[in-house]
Amino acid sequence: MSISRRKLFTRGLAATASAAGLGVAARLAQKYGLIPPDHGGIYGAGETLTYACQRLLTKHSMAREFSRSQISSPPFANDTGPLTDAYKRLQLGGFADWRLTVGGMVTQPGSFSLAELRSFPARTQITEIACEEGWSYIAEWTGVPLSHVLHLVGTHPKATHVVYQSIEPDWWDSMDMAEALHPQTLLAHAMNGGDIPTGSGGPLRMRVPRQLGYKSVKYITHLTVTNDLKKFGKGLGSAAPEGGYAWYAGI
Amino acid sequence: MAGAGWVDGPRHTLFVRVTHWITTLCFFALLVTGFEIVLSHPRFYWGETGNILTRPLFVLPIPASRASVETGYGYVLPDQNGWSRALHFQAAWLAVLTGLLYVVSGLAGRHFRKDLLPAWADLSPRALIAATGSHLHFARPDASEAWSYNVLQRLTYILVIFVLFPLVIWSGLAMSPGFTSAFPASVTLLGGRQSARTIHFLVSIALLLFLLIHVLMIFVAGFASRMRAMIMGNPPAHREHI
Repeated sequence: MSISRRKLFTRGLAATASAAGLGVAARLAQKYGLIPPDHGGIYGAGETLTYACQRLLTKHSMAREFSRSQISSPPFANDTGPLTDAYKRLQLGGFADWRLTVGGMVTQPGSFSLAELRSFPARTQITEIACEEGWSYIAEWTGVPLSHVLHLVGTHPKATHVVYQSIEPDWWDSMDMAEALHPQTLLAHAMNGGDIPTGSGGPLRMRVPRQLGYKSVKYITHLTVTNDLKKFGKGLGSAAPEGGYAWYAGI
Repeated sequence: MAGAGWVDGPRHTLFVRVTHWITTLCFFALLVTGFEIVLSHPRFYWGETGNILTRPLFVLPIPASRASVETGYGYVLPDQNGWSRALHFQAAWLAVLTGLLYVVSGLAGRHFRKDLLPAWADLSPRALIAATGSHLHFARPDASEAWSYNVLQRLTYILVIFVLFPLVIWSGLAMSPGFTSAFPASVTLLGGRQSARTIHFLVSIALLLFLLIHVLMIFVAGFASRMRAMIMGNPPAHREHI
């Protein structure tokens, strides 16, 4: 079978066009924040496709909310194992000295006590926590929207992500600004009408109901607003990809 | 060649062969990783929520990869969920994109109407009973069947392509908290998140059964000739007649 010159020419043109198209697509995706920090490696293609598609679909979508009668009873808590002395000390003091500090690309770095966080405008929502293992439960969460705290400290317009850290060592995560400013993303300080039990992440838990449970990190003490996730940990955006899990957990 | 049952061109077009093997590869990846993911919680529920404190619909009698799940086994399997989930979704993307191409091409190129849609005459109860009978006796099909699907094959392929695959994709997406925030009906129509997970599992089992019977029938019909048809395009018999 011989390929005519015309065929060769059209094929060459098609190949060049698709290569250029891919290049343009990659640049556009980067510009609009559609590339996840863990886009490298053999599973990078799948992670990137999922994140990019879901980001386009879910920019303003709301996680499902449920009625009071659907709240799981007995309440389920995924046991996180023995906690560090730093946590236990604060627990003994009734968390009076618990602080949430906020830094990074902000005009006014902040430090908030639980009482201050409770005095901020609160949102209450009944949402489902689904674990990547397969189980799930519904609970009512009350907290201050993360967007409110970010407005108080004044985030830099070029900031792209919020890194959030637990008091427990090596437990941290990050989310993009779309998720951070989403009305359902809460710094939750109450669950089912009372304080959040230790097993469920009390006294302060990040609730990200549009992503799987592991994004809802427990015992939050510090936020960093940034435009460069490479500076944190191994540069993959959170502790999850370092352990083999996806940074974006909307799936 | 104009004999009975002979057609011009290959038995399976290059497009069908390539999409068939990409799908096969993806299916194996999805099967293995899906099983690994199930190992972390081999309990299934119906409705919106389910966890170790709630009553399961059924429990698989296998050990788990998480200590939190009581299985009756004295050991916990190693956690393989990280790479399993990553490979599961990557294979799902490839399978869905390949499947979309296949369906568009099958509709446009008349592959479905010509090769998969059964003839009315073959759908009569008598014809169906006869076809089922010969299948159950593992009768080796005659040469003409190497060139066209029989009625049971057509019905099965239609079920797999237009019912089971769409359902497994749908129930999979219905477990994604991101996707369901954009399309809440995708999960409520299935009866809740845990129902979606259970449906996803059961449809996977149906697809696995299809795979086993599919491979068994290839052995019955003649492994070399059918494999050759799906890899090279033509069964060897065709060449002998040329």
